[in-house]
Amino acid sequence: MPKIMPKTMYDKIWDFHLVEERGEDVGLVYIDRHLVHEVTSPQAFDGLRAAGRDIRRLDSIIAVPDHNVPTKDRDQENPDEMSVAQLEALEANSREYSLDYIPMNDARQGIVHVIGPEQGFTQPGVTMVCGDSHTSTHGAFGALAFGIGTSEVEHVLATQTLLLKKAKNMRVTVTGELPLGCSAKDVALAIIGVVGTAGGTGHVIEYAGPVIEALSMEGRMTLCNMSIEAGARAGLVAPDDKTFNYMKGRPYSPKAGQWEAALAHWKSLRSDDGAAFDKEIVLNGSDIVPQVTWGTSPEDVVPVTGHVPAPETFAEPSKQEGAAKALEYMGLSAGQAITDIAVDRVFVGSCTNSRIEDMREAAAVIKGRRKADTVIEALIVPGSGLVKLQAEEEGLDKIFIDAGFEWREPGCSMCLAMNADKALPGEHVASTSNRNFVGRQGPGARTHLVSPAMAAAAAIAGHFVDVRDF
Amino acid sequence: MEKFTKITSIATPFPRANVDTDIIIPAKFLKSIRRTGFAAGAFESVRYNADGSLIEDNVFDGARYKGAHILVAGDNFGCGSSREHAPWAIGEMGYRCIIAPSFADIFAGNCIKNGILTVALPQADVDALVIAAEAGHAITVDLEAQTVSCENALYKFDFNPTHKDMLMEGLDEIGQTLRSKTAISDFEAKQKMMTPWLYRQG
Repeated sequence: MPKIMPKTMYDKIWDFHLVEERGEDVGLVYIDRHLVHEVTSPQAFDGLRAAGRDIRRLDSIIAVPDHNVPTKDRDQENPDEMSVAQLEALEANSREYSLDYIPMNDARQGIVHVIGPEQGFTQPGVTMVCGDSHTSTHGAFGALAFGIGTSEVEHVLATQTLLLKKAKNMRVTVTGELPLGCSAKDVALAIIGVVGTAGGTGHVIEYAGPVIEALSMEGRMTLCNMSIEAGARAGLVAPDDKTFNYMKGRPYSPKAGQWEAALAHWKSLRSDDGAAFDKEIVLNGSDIVPQVTWGTSPEDVVPVTGHVPAPETFAEPSKQEGAAKALEYMGLSAGQAITDIAVDRVFVGSCTNSRIEDMREAAAVIKGRRKADTVIEALIVPGSGLVKLQAEEEGLDKIFIDAGFEWREPGCSMCLAMNADKALPGEHVASTSNRNFVGRQGPGARTHLVSPAMAAAAAIAGHFVDVRDF
Repeated sequence: MEKFTKITSIATPFPRANVDTDIIIPAKFLKSIRRTGFAAGAFESVRYNADGSLIEDNVFDGARYKGAHILVAGDNFGCGSSREHAPWAIGEMGYRCIIAPSFADIFAGNCIKNGILTVALPQADVDALVIAAEAGHAITVDLEAQTVSCENALYKFDFNPTHKDMLMEGLDEIGQTLRSKTAISDFEAKQKMMTPWLYRQG
């Protein structure tokens, strides 16, 4: 009898969804789930209309505004005409094509990558896309989820498929036990620090090991969210009992009559013993320390106990030049202690860190304390209306407001500063988002990526501090 | 979509590593609901001073590389956001081809869909092309032969055959895929039996 080759989780999901092979390692792949937002979809709908094409499967789509929405004064007129045009276009397209649309004033509205899981729309084993690179978030459920461009959004709307090149398999194993004071964000940043921003290019990363298994579903979302920051289009975590418990009773979850069959399928997804990975990285999770980025790429990261590195300490000339440019942009000098960096603004939110556990993590640090006077503004932006309601039920909003923080409406907000939430040139931001790129949070803004607990502590102290001694 | 076969042009050297799509086109410029109008905001931090005036002699606006259809770029070009506005902006600036040591996956895919060829060559070859571009030499990119030539140097590059066909024919990918309509329907019928919970009732 022929021996069956052990398969990785990625290989299994790929094989399950292969409609047609198109030569070596290229396939027409079926897409089960599609999240649509206002920024990367208007041109796709225009394309459909121009070609007289229809949407193939309405039940595969949820549309929701998130990138551009204001996070305060929603009852007043939005002064940003261009934002309004995009928000109106999404609403009009949703109406024209009868999409499952969640409007801005609905309690379920929020960041696509927060509401997908929350609604049970994200499920193990599905293929899932969105015109947003942080779609990798949904890999936390063992879903093959990745970001696409607008032409691909149009392609999925019209055909329910994508022509894809098969990625290579990479496994990142995190051993040991995550120390107190560290969270999934620190794991993600520590991994990127090792792998680099291009280390996962052409690969799908499967995260494994005791530290990953011990993470909550929300922690796994934070981790998978940043896979793209390691260059990987998608991240995956094997579904387990935590996943199955999370899935129970959500609006789009399999119903009673189908639950058992779904569960059996989900249990079959994990990588087989002995499956081959093209690239393997192992990290000792017990050594992880709260992380802070100092430069303009997520790989420019050090422990909070560390110092800003000197450009000449990098091996390659292109990295040396990049580091020198980054230090100039960030207004930092080599050798400076991370804890000496003063913070002007704080942002807790984004598809990386805006779920209820992130809110609780920030609140635990903030409770009974006050924001430093030198911190101009500290925003707490929940990832969805439901996260907001839950936080308010737990009294977290009072903790934030009493401490001098602003409690806002859900949206992408200052992660990419498309709406009014931005930092001014030269300001240092302690941010729980995912990208510290030049100008990402406003022209000239200086972003430092951290966990919610570290952002909260920086807001209180007015500079970075090690949350473990806080 | 314009077909891509072979082009010869001077090239803009921009060898910085890890150029992300926020550098190519910052988020504040993404608010248009059309596919055009992004060139003016492209590479803002490289081209403009804080007061909005053009930085003199920047590689994109200076007279030196005016009319270049080829961009010679650094490693991991196009990392970050999936925004297709990045290749739209680059295309609108007149570029038909980008040569770099490597490209981020989503960006490279978005380029193909907009008729922009991404050529990956070893770092040493790209370094040589940067020097040639700075000297004002023309570079020829031949997709059919999968070669880049400049002065006396000739470099071969790998390219996915499916994508090569698409670029060379200037094809509409959706139209292509819809020829597999039956296969898609068959797949759905099978999937509906095996994993019915993925299909909403009614």
